[in-house]
Amino acid sequence: MAAIEILDLEKSYRVGFWRSRIKPALRPLRLTIEAGEIFGFLGPNGAGKTTTLKLLMGLVFPTSGTARILGMEIDDPRVKSQIGFLPEQPYFYDYLSARELLNYYGQLSGVPAKGRAARVEQMLGRVGLSDAAGMQLRKFSKGMLQRVGLTQAILHEPKVVFLDEPMSGLDPMGRREVRDLIQQLRSEGKTVFFSTHILSDAEALCDRVGIIHQGELRGVGSVAELTSETQGKVEIIFYAERVPAGLTSLGAEARVSGEVVNAVLPEEQQDAALEVLRRERLRLISLAPVRSSLEEYYIQKLKPAESMTAEKPKEDNRKGAVV
Amino acid sequence: MSATRRTSVVALVTLLASMAGAMLMLNAIDGPWRNAADHEALYLRSAKVLQRMSLGYTGLLADIYWTRAVQYFGEEHHKDSSNYALLAPLLDITTQLDPRLLPAYEFGANFLAPKPPLGAGLPDAALALIDYGIKHNPDDWRLYYDLGFLYYTELKDYAKAADAFRRGAELPVTNMYMSILAARMAQHAGEFDTARMLWRSTYENSKEPRIQQNAVEHLLALRVDEDVTQLENIVAKYREQKGRLPASMNDLERAGFLGGTPLDPKGHPYMLMADGRIEVQDPQNLYFITKGLPPGMNPPQPPREKRPTSN
Amino acid sequence: MSSDGMNSGGMKWRIGYIAFNTFREAVRDRVLYNLIAFALLLSGAAILVSQVSIDIERLVVVNLGLTAVSLFGVVIAIFIGIGLVSKEIDKRTLYTVLSRPVRRWEFVVGKFLGLTGTLVVNTLFMSFGVFLALLYVAHRFERMDGWVLVALYFIVLQFLIVCALALFFSSFSTPLMSAVFTFALFVVGSLAEDLRGFARIARGATGAVATAAAYLVPNFSALNVIGQVAHGDAIPARLILYNTAYALLYSAMAISGAVLIFQRRNLK
Repeated sequence: MAAIEILDLEKSYRVGFWRSRIKPALRPLRLTIEAGEIFGFLGPNGAGKTTTLKLLMGLVFPTSGTARILGMEIDDPRVKSQIGFLPEQPYFYDYLSARELLNYYGQLSGVPAKGRAARVEQMLGRVGLSDAAGMQLRKFSKGMLQRVGLTQAILHEPKVVFLDEPMSGLDPMGRREVRDLIQQLRSEGKTVFFSTHILSDAEALCDRVGIIHQGELRGVGSVAELTSETQGKVEIIFYAERVPAGLTSLGAEARVSGEVVNAVLPEEQQDAALEVLRRERLRLISLAPVRSSLEEYYIQKLKPAESMTAEKPKEDNRKGAVV
Repeated sequence: MSATRRTSVVALVTLLASMAGAMLMLNAIDGPWRNAADHEALYLRSAKVLQRMSLGYTGLLADIYWTRAVQYFGEEHHKDSSNYALLAPLLDITTQLDPRLLPAYEFGANFLAPKPPLGAGLPDAALALIDYGIKHNPDDWRLYYDLGFLYYTELKDYAKAADAFRRGAELPVTNMYMSILAARMAQHAGEFDTARMLWRSTYENSKEPRIQQNAVEHLLALRVDEDVTQLENIVAKYREQKGRLPASMNDLERAGFLGGTPLDPKGHPYMLMADGRIEVQDPQNLYFITKGLPPGMNPPQPPREKRPTSN
Repeated sequence: MSSDGMNSGGMKWRIGYIAFNTFREAVRDRVLYNLIAFALLLSGAAILVSQVSIDIERLVVVNLGLTAVSLFGVVIAIFIGIGLVSKEIDKRTLYTVLSRPVRRWEFVVGKFLGLTGTLVVNTLFMSFGVFLALLYVAHRFERMDGWVLVALYFIVLQFLIVCALALFFSSFSTPLMSAVFTFALFVVGSLAEDLRGFARIARGATGAVATAAAYLVPNFSALNVIGQVAHGDAIPARLILYNTAYALLYSAMAISGAVLIFQRRNLK
């Protein structure tokens, strides 16, 4: 069963003093996320990621379209006990201690009173906040708050977890911790839908990514496929102060940086290139096939559409394209 | 129906039901059972204290007290009350908060002095109120008019009434009635024309419906008094000529004293009594008349339900 | 639906949890204590004032004390009430709450109950101050002091309405505007008797508008019996009954309105 089915969900706001102008926040979005999947929702700021999450959480109401979570309509009250949500840059009742806050969310989520306190303590331990559990949240650092936020989202053991920019504003240590937590969720079989604009996080964590820009889904792809796909090219790095003449004739694109040369050339020219290096007595550093990166995919999905939207803003043929 | 829709419907029904309930309760709270006990108490009688407490917004507070005074009078009147204990303090507070609120003085001149149930029966309080008004508005003819009106109608002190009208007539901005009324006070104070002019100018110069209504009733009463006086004079003349009293209005007509059967303002013919007096048919509905009444009857007062209480 | 029963079973608890958290937020706010301290100070000042006004010590203590309780309570009610919803939206705390099995109406009702509870506790504290002051000047309690309790009860009913209004306005407006609206309605509502009087004597379109306003504006003047109880006057049982019903119905009306609006609101 699909964990999340988004069926042509669309949202536009009326803006301006008289609320007469219509500004689309999300163009009709169709997307399915399977159970147990970690899905990264990528896009620059203001692309419509948060709008999508708010629609799914029932915080804003769609202009048209619908969505199902675990087979239930999103306005079905039963959905809410099966999901967890971490908003972007979360802020919590700062007059509460971490323990009180988690207990409160546990109460609201219907965690039975019996094991609630133990569950809270266990979760606090898991994110390393046991020592700070009695401290008021107003004294918490950003990283600590993010950990509290993640904890409240998974406290009641939801099946689907929604995270809005979970890594933004964190130091490298904090990001590492959040990554580990998401990995852990994957191993527990949970479905995670998270938005980010940091590609490396998505590449490291996601099974699949969707790329959204200007309220429009530009592409959905499997990260494994994307990154395993070679492009028929190899990259050769070696010590040299200039590019040997033999390489350029093989069709290589090369750059010199200091004492190192970095050259990319077609796969079939690999042996010929190594021969050139041997002849010139140059020391090889590495040779590797060139793989596609998420970054390239991302840029490729954003770029052509930009020129396209300038000419034909209505054209929508890229929607839902699967690589 | 989705959960959201269901909640909206329930909320709407609750909203309408509780609104209706709250309105019913409001009517219950404001029912007549509470007014009686409540309105007799005026906790702050000191305008000075009120002035301080109003933080300088005395104009608004004066308007509120003015509305209260009118409302109080109307409600007491409606209840057939013979007690207007709060009218004087309410008007005092109103005028002390805003000494230039002229309708308050006019109201005081008309309704503070007359005896209950038409007024509070406090001519001295009325005089004090208007004196206070003149002190603060020495250039407004209407206050002198109110003063003269008060001396003429209630205190029957025509000399003082003449003085008040004259002082008002001498102001740079005045009203044509003022000098005429001043002149008439001296010699013709007791005449119908004078009284008629006074009530007529009261009617024309006032904007307060209650005062206008009062003036109209007084004008009608004056007409009856004048008619009865004239008819009784005719009866006297008849008796002089014929040596006996006329048996009916027809006798007077046949003798050429009358051109037809005279009617009162209600359209009823005047009645000739056996002793030669003239009476009106329906004295209860001709308010304030002093003539044409059955012997021993006091001048009738307007009944409560006919008084305008709602406008 | 089988789980529906389970849901509604948890419902009243959820409202309770939200109410308790609202209460907890209020009692952890330092501003609240400043306001209560100020109200108690005024009750204390009543003792000083009453010493110069011979023979009316009790009158002054009751008048000043109850007025302080009422006014500071209203300030607290507005101050906390307007922030209840908008602060949660501004700070996005509402997002996490509403992503729980919490319905929006439960949130609104829970907030209302929490705020009401806060004000009841506050009033208890402040009333304690008034009665202490009363004991100080009179040395003993009299039977008519019981009516002071009725006046305090009416003050709590006032708070109920103020809370509901603050919540209603903050369900669609900014905190500042909500405060302005609520305070304006409090002032107009305190003059409700005059407004109703005016509605009775006005006619035509003015009369219609005045009548509608007189019915919609909360009637705080009937809930203000400070003057009467200061003189030791009895309060008719009927008035207690009617006022109770009125305050509950009016609050229900405002809360339903808040739910209706909030139910459809996009939390941008």
